[in-house]
Amino acid sequence: MIRVVLPAHLKTLARVNGEVILEIEGPVTQRTILDALEERYPMLRGTVRDHVTLKRRAFVRFFACEQDLSHESSDTLVPESVASGAEPFLIIGAMAGG
Amino acid sequence: MSRVRLLAGTKKGAFILTSDGTRKKWEVNGPLFGGWEMYHLKGSPADPNRLYASQTSSWFGQIIQRSDDGGKTWYQPGTPPGEPTTTPDGMPKGESNKFVYDTSATSGQPLTTHQWYDGTQHPWEFKRVWHLEPSLSDPDTVFAGVEDAALFRSTNGGQTWHELAGLRGAKGQLWQPGAGGMCLHTIMLDSKNPQRIFIAISAAGVFRTDDAGKTWRPVNRGLKSQYELPDSDAEVGHCVHRIAMHPAKPNVLFMQKHWDVMRSDDAGESWHEISGNLPTDFGFPIHVHAHEPETVYVIPIKSDSEHYVPEGKLRVYRSRTGGNEWEALTNGLPQHDCYVNILRDAMAVDSLDPCGIYFGTTGGQVYGSADAGDHWVPIVRDLPAVLSVEVQVIP
Repeated sequence: MIRVVLPAHLKTLARVNGEVILEIEGPVTQRTILDALEERYPMLRGTVRDHVTLKRRAFVRFFACEQDLSHESSDTLVPESVASGAEPFLIIGAMAGG
Repeated sequence: MSRVRLLAGTKKGAFILTSDGTRKKWEVNGPLFGGWEMYHLKGSPADPNRLYASQTSSWFGQIIQRSDDGGKTWYQPGTPPGEPTTTPDGMPKGESNKFVYDTSATSGQPLTTHQWYDGTQHPWEFKRVWHLEPSLSDPDTVFAGVEDAALFRSTNGGQTWHELAGLRGAKGQLWQPGAGGMCLHTIMLDSKNPQRIFIAISAAGVFRTDDAGKTWRPVNRGLKSQYELPDSDAEVGHCVHRIAMHPAKPNVLFMQKHWDVMRSDDAGESWHEISGNLPTDFGFPIHVHAHEPETVYVIPIKSDSEHYVPEGKLRVYRSRTGGNEWEALTNGLPQHDCYVNILRDAMAVDSLDPCGIYFGTTGGQVYGSADAGDHWVPIVRDLPAVLSVEVQVIP
């Protein structure tokens, strides 16, 4: 079980309250988390990463376990505590004067 | 009695303002999509309850929203052709957010770069949808003008979008961004000739197709941009802020350029200046009276660096002679200490008689006139900065 916390605007788009719970088989990476998120909530395609290149949008960041994972490779395994569901994977709108 | 519905897009959400045909008492609904930049909302002329909206964010990108009930409920229409419109859990799918420039070899000459602010070449990068223009006859067909400038079309109610790439073949390598970005902000459909479409881009100019969007050519002869371009009457590169036409006279076009108010009597083949006695000929919106094709409205702005009205006075200017002779309309508008701007898509006219005129300001006011501009009232005063205003008359 993977726990994902969305920023408020994306919760509204996905029509969810609280955390999103995803089931992922195999390696848990940023890519597999976002693949599962977009599979479950297709209206979020293009909002976290580009439709075509699948690169993270410039003003979106990924935090977990008090670390900034934004610049990790999308195929790097996330921390074990995220993969086990002990800690959430946070998708954050960057602080950019908003 | 007819009802009037105003669709106001703001920096922090959308608002729907409704009134009966007297246009005296207004109900304000919103914010919809609070916190998002709502660049533009527009209803289908063929089905007034079909609305399209551009919802955008620097953080989370572009969302297309659609309503089939006049704005009561909204959803993202996207899904790949042939697939169910919802996930197994009933959620709408998201392909309606996907705007990808055409790079195929079969659709003209898609370009990879345009001119950047400093004159160097820069790759095309999709940023947002500035303007949505529904078809005059088919509620499921809608055009989208985007930044970086290109024209997209959906023929399935906004579910999927495809670029009309021939437009970028019209000297796209010479187009450049204006201060607001390189945006395709105006799309005008010719009601008498379905093959003809006009679009305008800052800063590239006006372009016309006569084959429903397959091929395009610049129609900017007569424009002069002495302080913006090294060649002041270049074929492309002009910072056109908005163009307008009366549907009964589609060969007569009016333009608010960066500087200069212009007119064409031959569908853009040639333009001449009609700024006349305006206090300044810089501005953004321009519109034509619904029943008088020679009555034109502009809102002069002091300059291209001071984006507010001159002398602290909010004045709409009206010409009843197709330009050159302009009168200030001030009754009901603030005439001191006013320093707002009115953006290019933030003005609209309704089709009632007398014609109603509406505009929104960067100060969050939406003003309306139910008598063609003679008297104005603030419909609402304290919205977020207004980006766009459209109006519908509901039978």
